[in-house]
Amino acid sequence: MGNLNDEKAINHVHTPVEGTPDKEPPKTSVGVLGWLKENLFSSWFNTILTFIFAWILYVLIKGTLSWVFLSADWNVITKNFALYFVGQYPKEEIWRVWTSLSIVSLLFGFSSGLWKGTVRQLSVTLSVIYAIIAVMPFITGESRVWLGINILFIYAGMFAISKIPKHKVITITGWLISFPVIIFMLHGFGVFSEVSTNLWGGLLLTVLIATVAIVASFPIGVLLALGRMSSKLPIIRWVCIAYIELIRGVPLITILFMAQLMIPLFMGGINIDNVLRVMIGATLFTAAYLAENVRGGLQSIPRGQHEAAQALGLNSTYRTTFIILPQALRAVIPAIVGQCISMFKDTALVAIVGLIDLLGIAQTIVANPKFLGKQMEAYLFIALIYWVISYSMSYASRRLEKNLGVGER
Amino acid sequence: MLEEFKSDTPLEEREDIIVCKNINKWFGKLHVLKDVSLNVKQGEVVVILGPSGSGKSTFIRTINALEEIQEGEIVVDGINVSHDVQDIEAIRKETGMVFQQFNLFPHMTILKNITLAPIWVRKWPRAKAEKIAMELLERVGIPEQAHKYPGQLSGGQQQRVAIARALAMQPKIMLFDEPTSALDPEMIKEVLDVMRELAKSGMTMLVVTHEMGFAREVADRIVLFDNGEIIETGSPEELFDNPKHERTKLFLSQIL
Ligand SMILES: Nc1ncnc2c1ncn2[C@@H]1O[C@H](COP(=O)(O)OP(=O)(O)OP(=O)(O)O)[C@@H](O)[C@H]1O
Ligand SMILES: [Mg+2]
Repeated sequence: MGNLNDEKAINHVHTPVEGTPDKEPPKTSVGVLGWLKENLFSSWFNTILTFIFAWILYVLIKGTLSWVFLSADWNVITKNFALYFVGQYPKEEIWRVWTSLSIVSLLFGFSSGLWKGTVRQLSVTLSVIYAIIAVMPFITGESRVWLGINILFIYAGMFAISKIPKHKVITITGWLISFPVIIFMLHGFGVFSEVSTNLWGGLLLTVLIATVAIVASFPIGVLLALGRMSSKLPIIRWVCIAYIELIRGVPLITILFMAQLMIPLFMGGINIDNVLRVMIGATLFTAAYLAENVRGGLQSIPRGQHEAAQALGLNSTYRTTFIILPQALRAVIPAIVGQCISMFKDTALVAIVGLIDLLGIAQTIVANPKFLGKQMEAYLFIALIYWVISYSMSYASRRLEKNLGVGER
Repeated sequence: MLEEFKSDTPLEEREDIIVCKNINKWFGKLHVLKDVSLNVKQGEVVVILGPSGSGKSTFIRTINALEEIQEGEIVVDGINVSHDVQDIEAIRKETGMVFQQFNLFPHMTILKNITLAPIWVRKWPRAKAEKIAMELLERVGIPEQAHKYPGQLSGGQQQRVAIARALAMQPKIMLFDEPTSALDPEMIKEVLDVMRELAKSGMTMLVVTHEMGFAREVADRIVLFDNGEIIETGSPEELFDNPKHERTKLFLSQIL
């Protein structure tokens, strides 16, 4: 650990003239043929396996390709393209969704200008996806213009942000206020004509529910974990344990149903929006799991860290915020992101309580007699969307982990 | 900076800064400290020796309340170590502690490690805290490491940072629990040198160690623990050259 630098230094030092001259490492393989021989045909048994798998692969790929290009009818996607993304959101108000997306794109641009690395890769990927959609033949001219604007925002943001003073503050504040601003844009709340939430749908709804559940459950989960670990306050600890174990013992779908039925009861007649109820249910659910992840991180901190912080006279609030939590959260990034990904996918359950999210919209579309028997195409398409987003999250988390690990242990 | 601790008054005439009276501690049923009484004068360097498991660490950790005692009384710089959180925090402000395993904060740079407590506990402005941190790093001989992370330093360097971190709070007392036991032999000296210099500057120090050379040279008084009790105290000469207690002789014969 300690000689990390020395090793580096040694690697960069040139061999002195009088020393033994460097030798090339021995050749481990001899080109493509050598590789094939070594990896695929090293023995009779291996050769047979290779042929069997090659055949299976051939059949699979041939079948998939011929289905995708010859038998599949992609009209179920192209004719309903907008539905998958925004559900029944009224056509004449669709600019509000586009504006919201543009805000997000601009913030992605800002962030990738600031932090580069992974954020930049994600932003570029996003712009490529926009571009691919924009060149599709079935896209309307208006959408193409909006997609163009979004691409422009990403790159403009990327290059402009470093020239603006206080760019960090602007970007972080931007992300913080973007969510309420977007909700305001989408709903209208009397300033614009109101679009009630039962018209929100598709990927838009999926992303909104997942975002709320993830963002709101994070602080709750951390507090629950701290509460569960606190030895000084037994009542708080018992309440936290009871909450966590209760929620974790129940499937998400029952919580969603209970949120539908019970929140109105508690609120005594005040009508709580259906989407909001689902968001609350999903948040409470995710918080319990996050709490357990965070607890794992808290427990992984060696006693010496607590003691060193105590010995310096730091009070328990400072110890937690500066020493324990940062290390604990870092240690459980993979688990937390895993939780976020699973929450994102679990939002598909809201289709059962009557919301038309991405899955819900696919179900609605294939129920239409016009698209009879086209389930395969529709479900494959939404699966692709789920996968792209989930994979991006998991990729980002792996990179984040790697970056945070540099030179710190 | 530490000149203020220096005093020309002879040790015997100085005030007690640590007073331990008949302290008893149990871990469950295990009686680990048995009627331990020890007073330490301002600027005195006390080295604690004793076999493994004799309660040296437990004792030194009771002084800054990392371990609770069940019976007896500890007064540090006029403050009674009790259950009161504010008293405990007040005592911890006045006592620095250095651990066997360094216990630096791995997610912070060296400079952050050192300035954290002065900024948040002493409420110093950042600039002042950083200036003093740099002076301390200079003093322990590694100013060039300020912006690295603990994991990038050698064990000896990490322990010197740990000493600097404790000193940054400008404590009146420094507690050391086997500060060189986790170090490779070639790094022990650099840490002992820092401690030696600190002792010369007049700091009150309580040191648990197995470094007999250091004990003989630096200690004003040596305390020998065995089985949770203090069995003998005295100057290094008294204790090393003509120990009175049988168990002291046994212990010394094993380690020398
Ligand atoms: N947290 C604890 N819980 C239970 N028993 C403990 C705990 N800490 C220490 N002990 C026991 O108390 C006794 C004294 O331990 P202590 O660590 O003070 O010894 P020590 O003199 O510092 O030994 P060493 O030289 O090995 O560090 C030992 O028997 C030890 O096993
Ligand atoms: Mg010990």
